Amino acid sequence: MQHILEVKDVHKSYGEIRVLKGISFTMNKGETKVIIGTSGTGKSTLLRCINQLDPLDRGEIWLEGEEITHRSKSINIIRQKIGFVFQDFNLFNHLTALKNVSIGLEKVKGMSKEEARKHALQELQRVGLEKQAHQYPAQLSGGQKQRVGIARALAMDPTIILFDEPTSALDPELIGEVLEVMKGLAGKVTMLVVTHEMGFARNVADEIIFMEGGIVVESGPPAQMFTNPKFSRTKDFLGKIATLYGTEGGK
Amino acid sequence: MPIDSLVNSLPQLMDGLKNTILLTLFSLILGSTLGIALAMGRSYGGRLLAFVVYLYEKIFRGIPLLVLFFLIYFGLTEVGINLDPFPAAILGLGLRSAAYQSQIYRGAINSIPEGQTLAAYSLGMSRLKTVRYVILPQVLRLSIPGWSNELTIVLKDTSIAFSIGVIELMRQGRYIYALDFDMVLPVLLFIALIYFIIVFSINKGLGYLERKYRMLGLQT
Repeated sequence: MQHILEVKDVHKSYGEIRVLKGISFTMNKGETKVIIGTSGTGKSTLLRCINQLDPLDRGEIWLEGEEITHRSKSINIIRQKIGFVFQDFNLFNHLTALKNVSIGLEKVKGMSKEEARKHALQELQRVGLEKQAHQYPAQLSGGQKQRVGIARALAMDPTIILFDEPTSALDPELIGEVLEVMKGLAGKVTMLVVTHEMGFARNVADEIIFMEGGIVVESGPPAQMFTNPKFSRTKDFLGKIATLYGTEGGK
Repeated sequence: MPIDSLVNSLPQLMDGLKNTILLTLFSLILGSTLGIALAMGRSYGGRLLAFVVYLYEKIFRGIPLLVLFFLIYFGLTEVGINLDPFPAAILGLGLRSAAYQSQIYRGAINSIPEGQTLAAYSLGMSRLKTVRYVILPQVLRLSIPGWSNELTIVLKDTSIAFSIGVIELMRQGRYIYALDFDMVLPVLLFIALIYFIIVFSINKGLGYLERKYRMLGLQT
């Protein structure tokens, strides 16, 4: 079976600082993979390299059998296939929730206003926010904002969605509603998630990737990673996280 | 009676007012168009363009309007460019206003979180579409208070065009009291009142626009 995403030997430096030192992994259609690791270890950089918000220095990214890091590829077309959910939501402040979701459909995919509106409303229903469709970002709670962010990514019907610490900016009581939405997507949408939510990683992920110091230290199914990690560094990290957040990650 | 004389001179003053308003309008069209272009150039252009805009802003904000008017009206004659007073005044007011307006728009551009640009890119929007659909609509809304201030400055400063012979409100007033020195105070007070009423109404009107197009939830 062809991999939906292939990350091959990705390197990235900021000046003298080498952030990614050769990351490789693959994803299959419908899979959910969770990337864990300490802060500053390059997890977010990796996600940004995949949709090329940050250009990578070396290596290749393949999406559905196409090398998207190849120079001849138009990045604006590729990005339509890669959804991105940001830690800080990054909603468009001057647009309602509905417009936030429909703007990409209208202005990028070229749908008619009416078509885009209908489609956007469906996506908002999917994340349970049809009642908030006409509210502006500043009128929404953090959890609601992030659900709009997810709906905005979903609406483009991407091949894969990248989640960059989607719950890190949320108050603890709002994390649950976002994780619920993401759980609901598991299996239907290919998701690559950077998170510290160990409960989500344990219960939803097909595979966990542990990164440290710009490399993948270890990866495997949650059961193996949580109960019987091969490396002591993995064990140490999971131990630390468990002390901080509890083994279920607070949820 | 000064009142009778004032009433008699009303048509003449209204004629001047018409020119004042036209001058304001044309200067603002030039100033706003160029101002937005300058702000975009400085924020999104390359290093060279940004530097050129920077120089432009410094120069046109650093020269008194009267000097600018004289340079354009009298100075350009020396190099063979003869402008009528009215277009010379539009040029002076418009070019200077562009330098100030550029700052207003640039401040607004800078206040929009960079994450929104990244989000637009992540949807597959080009740079142009991002500016057009995400940045500019927010910049224009956020610029209304600063722009409203600029409008009143331009309107009031049209009176300086008097100095290069534009027959606007001030000069019409002078024509009237030059013939009758008893009219100096009444005419000047009346002109002051006209300016005040217009500026006041414009600010009210733009305040309404600002409220109408504010981003809900963000108002203070």
